[in-house]
Amino acid sequence: MTTPTPQNPEPSVHIDPYERGWMVAAILMLVVFAIAVAIASYSLGIQLPAPEARVDPNTITTSGPFANPGLRELAPGRYEAYIVAHGQGWYFNPREISVPAGSEVTFYVTSADVQHGFKLEGTNVNMMIIPGQVSTLTRRFDKPGEYHWVCHEYCGTGHAAMYGTLTVTP
Amino acid sequence: MTAISTTTPVVEVTPAARPATYVLSKGEKRFIGLQLLVAVAALSIGSLFGPLQALEFSGLTIGGRDIYALFQPLLASYYQGLTLHGVLNALIWTTFFITGFFNLTVTYGLRRPLAMPKLNWLGFIVMTVGLLTAAVPILLNEASVLYTFYPPLQASWAFYVGLVFVVVGSWIQGYGFYITYYRWRKDNPDVRTPLMAFGSLITMVMWQISTLGIAVEILTQLLPWSLNLLPGVDPQLDRTYFWFTGHPLVYFWLLPAYVSWYAMLPKQAGGKLFSDSLARFSFWMFLVLSTPLGFHHQFTDPGVPTIWKTIHAVLTYAVAFPSLLTAFTVVASLEYAGRQRGGKGLLGWIPKLPWRDVSVTPQILAGVLFIFGGIGGITNASYNINLVVHNTSWVPGHFHLTVASATTLSFMGIAYWLVPHLTHRTLWAPKLALAQAWIWFIGMVIFSNGMHTLGLLGAPRRTPLGIAPYVPANWEPRLLQTAIGGSILFLGAYLFITILVVTVLRKPAPAAAVPEIPEAQSIQDPQLTPQWLDRWAPWLTIAILLIILVYGPNLLYQITNMQNTSPGFRLW
Ligand code: HEM
Ligand SMILES: [Cu+2]
Ligand SMILES: [Cu+2]
Repeated sequence: MTTPTPQNPEPSVHIDPYERGWMVAAILMLVVFAIAVAIASYSLGIQLPAPEARVDPNTITTSGPFANPGLRELAPGRYEAYIVAHGQGWYFNPREISVPAGSEVTFYVTSADVQHGFKLEGTNVNMMIIPGQVSTLTRRFDKPGEYHWVCHEYCGTGHAAMYGTLTVTP
Repeated sequence: MTAISTTTPVVEVTPAARPATYVLSKGEKRFIGLQLLVAVAALSIGSLFGPLQALEFSGLTIGGRDIYALFQPLLASYYQGLTLHGVLNALIWTTFFITGFFNLTVTYGLRRPLAMPKLNWLGFIVMTVGLLTAAVPILLNEASVLYTFYPPLQASWAFYVGLVFVVVGSWIQGYGFYITYYRWRKDNPDVRTPLMAFGSLITMVMWQISTLGIAVEILTQLLPWSLNLLPGVDPQLDRTYFWFTGHPLVYFWLLPAYVSWYAMLPKQAGGKLFSDSLARFSFWMFLVLSTPLGFHHQFTDPGVPTIWKTIHAVLTYAVAFPSLLTAFTVVASLEYAGRQRGGKGLLGWIPKLPWRDVSVTPQILAGVLFIFGGIGGITNASYNINLVVHNTSWVPGHFHLTVASATTLSFMGIAYWLVPHLTHRTLWAPKLALAQAWIWFIGMVIFSNGMHTLGLLGAPRRTPLGIAPYVPANWEPRLLQTAIGGSILFLGAYLFITILVVTVLRKPAPAAAVPEIPEAQSIQDPQLTPQWLDRWAPWLTIAILLIILVYGPNLLYQITNMQNTSPGFRLW
């Protein structure tokens, strides 16, 4: 290459001042978002479903903790709910559970066949239910009422009918 | 045809002999036109189901029967329709349009014919054979697995084979582009790659890297399993493979629109490209960042550790940066155009833009809708907020702003000059075409607002909500809103198709009346863009290293712990 001259300037990235301002603002904005997410996840204790256990979908209804699904009381006000999603027939087993207000419930959900979803109305309990995996999240229920959880992943033609109910009693 | 005689060793500020234009041959035009034909045919069938889905939401019944009952036995279920809608619109309309469009951007950009046109033909034929192969089981209701085909719902093997062919065919077309580029580069060692070809090539390379995910998923799991050679699959692993491809897929849809926004739209609007260097930088960032962030689709998956989800969330913010850069450059280019046309004051350039141009207006409206699509995308990526919206109807609300607007509406705008150009016709009813763009825009605002709101209220996606037993009263007005918006969109889709069909059937027009290929000039000479922004090796290396770094460990973990315990199910 030859030396640059005014007629033959050196190539360089030319950035307009406004554009530079925009770029800085864009980066700052994205950094702020990332920090906000980090704070929310670590200080507010927001959790995502994470590796819990592997199971064999072919045997879960006959052996292991999902053979007798349902609610278990660990201590006063602390529960575990074992739930199995069935695509053959499109239902959750159990379809209904009931806990007193102020309880903390840990959901353990898995599938006996295809993929399903589990979203509990009005809460951040939102999980994919994948055969071979156990999805788990914990949540406290203070307000009495009826909450539906719906299957939000396509699991066959009866998918729209697939839901369950959590009753929080006063 | 050698474009430039490279005799002078100095850095040419303006490459001396880039031909001013390149006239596509009859055969080239026919080839591109054929790909667009398949694309539009796919859209015309895929779009039939959109309004049906939206109307189903409103709980519409006819004679006391669910609307889908009327279509039996032609259409077995909501889900056969939704599979057709997703596959034909999101996978076929886009891919065929993109490969066709790239044939134009590569040849016209480089001012030379394809090096091996037969190779591109082969690619197109493989794609088409794949489409037909996949279409058979879908139409027979043997592949109602939706366009994400999550196992262990099991489609007929022909569905998986067809998809592989479509992807491999698109790779072959990509090879045709690379060879053409390689020859051009040999003839023009110091010239900056013309932007429209540059963006197209990067998009194609990104696509080839990222589609390795579904290629491996289908070839090592789904296909042998559907042929009974493998007793079971590991659905969690398959989701990871799928989303390795699934996220970059959205950039495969988006970047061709960016090619038009950067390299064509400024010219159409009467201006110039604001920054050549930053345009190139954005494309490289997409190559580097599009793939290693697929776990943001798996935040709620049980089998992926939180740390990887976090890393992918952060990288997702990073990939928002080149889109924000694009927003600046495109708006600045439009502002420059508006000012060239006499616009004064802070916003006075906006009304001066050529709003009567049938190609400009759809692309601007696509960009406007994409602002909201982008905001929604950042929202989805914020993984704590993702818990609120994941798999709710917020998500289809979001991607109808992206793939069905930023992409589709831009492609409509492109088609309004491209189809006349290819067929030597003038566009039929340009005023109607202009109205069509606004109809799509308005329909989309209504539809996607309804879908987003329903999602926030908790409505699941992929669900015929009209027959769901748990729908509370406060969803009803939004379900109706969605039905209205969806019907307007349908009108928009069919107006588009009608305009194109009538255009093609018209008598040939005199050459002067037929639109030319718009190619925007840059305000700064592209030769002043530094060479490192026009070299593949560094960027490709970073891209591959980053993928290995942020996908490698967990992918390896999932593969080594693979449990192929899921047999296939057909629950439709
Ligand atoms: C003609 C106007 C359109 C209407 C009224 C429409 C309507 C809808 C509706 C209501 C859904 C949600 C179904 C559900 O989740 O249960 C949907 C899904 C979808 N649409 Fe559209 N749509 C239209 C055009 C398009 C276009 C042009 C594209 C892409 C280029 C597209 C891509 C998709 C995809 C990928 C899905 C998701 C399918 C799935 O979840 O498997 N749509 N559409
Ligand atoms: Cu379901
Ligand atoms: Cu994504």
